[in-house]
Amino acid sequence: MISLSISNATLAIAAALTGIGLVALALWLAGLISPKSFNPQKGEAYECGIPTRGESMAQFHVGYYLFAILFLMFDVECVFLFPWAVKVKEFMGAGLLSIAIFFIILVLGLVYAWRKGALEWK
Amino acid sequence: MFDFASLTSWIHDTLSSFMPAWLTVTTECILIGVVLLLAYSVLALFYIWFERKVCAAFQCRLGPNRVGPFGLLQSVADMFKILIKELISLNHTDKFLFALAPYLVILASMLAFAVLPWGYGLQVIDFNIGIFFLIAVSSIGVLGILLAGWSSNNKFTLIGALRSGAQMVSYELSIGLSVLTMVCFAGTMSVGGIVEEQRDLWFIFSGHIPAIIAFIIYLIAGTAETNRGPFDLPEAESELTAGYHTEYSGIHFGFFYLAEYLNLFIVAGVATLLFFGGWMPLHFPGWDTFNQIMDYIPSVIWFMAKAIALSFVIIWFKWTFPRLRIDQMLSLEWKYLLPINLFNLVLMVLIVAYGWHF
Repeated sequence: MISLSISNATLAIAAALTGIGLVALALWLAGLISPKSFNPQKGEAYECGIPTRGESMAQFHVGYYLFAILFLMFDVECVFLFPWAVKVKEFMGAGLLSIAIFFIILVLGLVYAWRKGALEWK
Repeated sequence: MFDFASLTSWIHDTLSSFMPAWLTVTTECILIGVVLLLAYSVLALFYIWFERKVCAAFQCRLGPNRVGPFGLLQSVADMFKILIKELISLNHTDKFLFALAPYLVILASMLAFAVLPWGYGLQVIDFNIGIFFLIAVSSIGVLGILLAGWSSNNKFTLIGALRSGAQMVSYELSIGLSVLTMVCFAGTMSVGGIVEEQRDLWFIFSGHIPAIIAFIIYLIAGTAETNRGPFDLPEAESELTAGYHTEYSGIHFGFFYLAEYLNLFIVAGVATLLFFGGWMPLHFPGWDTFNQIMDYIPSVIWFMAKAIALSFVIIWFKWTFPRLRIDQMLSLEWKYLLPINLFNLVLMVLIVAYGWHF
């Protein structure tokens, strides 16, 4: 801890403002010293040299959504396990049992997704 | 060992002797901000130089060696060069989101950077949920990358951003679960507390087999999380030009570049914190003379040496393994790392709860 008198929330805000300040400062500096010239060709999308064809917001694989949903499930699991993980030794018997049930339900979820072929990239 | 808390409390006492309380806090916050900013940029410049040198060594080249001793000033020169490049304004982008994306990427890495334990008493934010905060803020980076790819309104950036998003969220699970395994073992989420727990023996030695498995998984997932090494398919240059930051020019591109290298350091720093004792010197129970000799090396040097050694390993990966395809990348995470990680967590809980050693 750098200073005992500042709360952690204040420090976190100070660090966040430092990050924002870094970007703002560098952009301001670059705006001062970088050259500016106008050419209609510069504003085009950088794809392959010839004019862009069709919509740029192209269709993409639905698999990305599937993995995002699976991620959500397991990440929330992880978040729920963290508070318990700190106190594993204190919560022996009943605590361990209830976490085990929670854990098994989620593992069953993974097994189900696997059996259904949700983890295949087709 | 030198306690940096004595230095910071001296600054605090000196400032508060002639300033009102609110002004002291403001001045200290500004000081912390300046120190963070300097450390952040110097470290990023060092890392760019370091990676170029290591890559050169792997390819039997010399690498940068013209500007300054050993080419050390090369990345400083590159920084000035990138500052004087034109910021091209595109006519097909979503202006607001396009400008917002670099802020988010830098913000995520800066907040994670502030939580790392640099040395004995040298840590900016010491939450009691420190490691949890670290995982939480580092996931803001995914948002920045997705926004960058989406707002550029370009097919390549969109595909690059989606690949990157899928990769980062998938491997975040592995990072989260291996951190969870170590939190079970440490019994605390505070960064300072985890380092204190390793006073006698680092977790990689005292954590039995689960700690070693967690370390290997963490290293693989960390490499994927930083979009590096064999997992650089979001920016696979032969198919997607430069992935999600194709449309960014000048210093705008520089922010993504900076954050990428800082994320490499943060991943290595967290691995150091969780498995190699953070700033704690190498101690073995019973070896008193050895422990005392190790205590003479300053804590900052311990932390930096361990973090740089681990980042060397991560850079090494890049030159050893061929790039994965997206289906291989996803099946590696979901069919191998995740089940192994869940099993490993159970093992660790059994060890912690029942003391089953083997």
